[in-house]
Amino acid sequence: MADKIENNGYVDPRPPVIGPGYTFETLTSKIADVVLMRRFQKGWIFGFGIAFLLALVLFNTIAYLVLKGVGIWGNSVPVGWAFDIINFVWWIGIGHAGTLISAILLLLRQSWRNSINRFAEAMTLFAVACAGLFPALHTGRPWVDYWLFPYPNTMGMWPNFRSPLMWDVFAVSTYATVSAIFWFIGLIPDFGTMRDTAKQPWQRAIFGILSMGWRGDAKHWHRYESAYLLLAGLSTPLVLSVHSIVSFDFSVGIIPGWHATIFPPYFVAGAVYAGFAMVLTIGIPVRKFYNLEDFITIRHIRNMCKVMLATGLIVGYGYLMELFFAWYSGNTYEQFMMKNRMFGPYGYMYWLLILCNILVPQLLWVKKYRDNLLVVFVVSMFINVGMWLERFVIIVMSLHRDFLPSSWRMYSPSLFDFSMFFGTIGLFLTLMFLFLRFVPIIPMFEMKVMLPQAKVEEGDEAAQKEKGTLGGAVPQFGD
Amino acid sequence: MARFDTPTEVVRAARATHDAGYRKVNAYSPFPIEELSEAIGFHKDHVSKTVLLGGLTGAAAGFALQYFTSVIDYPINVGGRPLLSLPSFVPIIFETAILLAAFGAALGMIIMNRLPQPYHPVFNVPSFKRASRDAFFICIKSEDPMFDQAGARNFLTGLGAKEVTDVEA
Repeated sequence: MADKIENNGYVDPRPPVIGPGYTFETLTSKIADVVLMRRFQKGWIFGFGIAFLLALVLFNTIAYLVLKGVGIWGNSVPVGWAFDIINFVWWIGIGHAGTLISAILLLLRQSWRNSINRFAEAMTLFAVACAGLFPALHTGRPWVDYWLFPYPNTMGMWPNFRSPLMWDVFAVSTYATVSAIFWFIGLIPDFGTMRDTAKQPWQRAIFGILSMGWRGDAKHWHRYESAYLLLAGLSTPLVLSVHSIVSFDFSVGIIPGWHATIFPPYFVAGAVYAGFAMVLTIGIPVRKFYNLEDFITIRHIRNMCKVMLATGLIVGYGYLMELFFAWYSGNTYEQFMMKNRMFGPYGYMYWLLILCNILVPQLLWVKKYRDNLLVVFVVSMFINVGMWLERFVIIVMSLHRDFLPSSWRMYSPSLFDFSMFFGTIGLFLTLMFLFLRFVPIIPMFEMKVMLPQAKVEEGDEAAQKEKGTLGGAVPQFGD
Repeated sequence: MARFDTPTEVVRAARATHDAGYRKVNAYSPFPIEELSEAIGFHKDHVSKTVLLGGLTGAAAGFALQYFTSVIDYPINVGGRPLLSLPSFVPIIFETAILLAAFGAALGMIIMNRLPQPYHPVFNVPSFKRASRDAFFICIKSEDPMFDQAGARNFLTGLGAKEVTDVEA
């Protein structure tokens, strides 16, 4: 989306969203070469190797799980939902930043998002893939998971459409599909560029097929831009609905600690919070490794820190409201739940959560820290952990002591809970490494739009420039 | 077909071509330029219509699915609650509407652009490789009533093109 560039003598004090001195050609090469180089770098092989080993741990765990059943996990009455659902919600939440960056920031004309959107969308896809594994496997008989979908069957039954779990099936599968479409549509013109840049015939053939014969026709661009904008418009309510529906899984139930109207907005804010933290966790090393400091500038890091501060405060408000409503409801069970949450046997988890999600991120108020990559990286790690703890606090701690003390029981995860969790991190990183190597990670055509020379000069301005009276003026970008 | 090196030049040339009366004109650029499609007289696309169609179909299908299964084919009486419980049908209606609308946007764009189209005569021009990188092109088609080969060639050269080539159809 071309920003209208204003240059009435105003100099933008913020760092630029794209390093100076790039032409259309050098920008193309810089991004395309990462994909087209023949050699695999040592760092890439090393990272991919470790990630893939972890992914193998996941595959083995899944094989064993299918063989033995969900009994190999620590889940047991009354804690029927534990790591499986925690991880599901955690991963889905991480995915949401991708859609937020690519869709909502596009609609808000935040052109700084152009360089990080593809990468964030890829993160969305991979995170949703990891998330999807958990509910699919925790059904216990994953080979009949197709029962979740409504299809005419010999049992003469239909799924219960009044259940949030059914809504979840629709929401998550729609989300995965639409994210994939959005991602692919965004890639088509860049695949065209790759086709024209590649030297090897087989590379040209593959990129040629993927680009569907894109040739940059002005009319095509016009339709393309409409479609892209509309997809963004559709993804925006979609992403909000997905995490709202995920939160309905809990809030429609009557368990104290789950049954709260604050859940949908609080979950959505938490998802964006976690997602931005993950974008930074991955973006900071990637930017360093591939020397992309000119495209993912300090401006991006700062902006993302500010988004994290804002969403983090919304999450903090959510914690506060849970506390307030437990007291205000006058309900013994709600009040007990809150007391148990803070001072019960798992109380330390709650205080760790407050530390990770509320206290540490406040460092980002200080500009010096926002500009310090190490601090930002560490803070985003804290948030990743904190958001996982939040789901533990909500899910396990609400279940382990409910209405009847005779059914209270402590929960302890098994080895396989951990191997699944870390295994999905491995799967996620494996896919991420493959993406970094084989797909242009920064949208070339959207970056070109942001170059100063991409602006079409009208009438007088152009004439003046030809005479040299306006030469040398470098337009600044609006945010 | 003529090559230009900056967006400003190509837009100016496209306007001149349109003003000169050429109507069957294609323009090519490595990134979207709003002014360029306007310049060759293309103002409105119909992608929004396929999206609307997809969205409405999705919403109708989502509702029909739930109505049929919950009210007609598999009615279950739970404490006398109504079988047609609209509020709890909303989330799925919403999701199916979004799903089909997104298909509408993607397929609408692809089909109206007549993609996938692996072969196109313009790819025969050697320098057209740069159309996806850093060069801008204007192509006057021979179907244009005003077209004659020498005339179009002179016209494009006169607009300041860096290179003018014939495209074999």
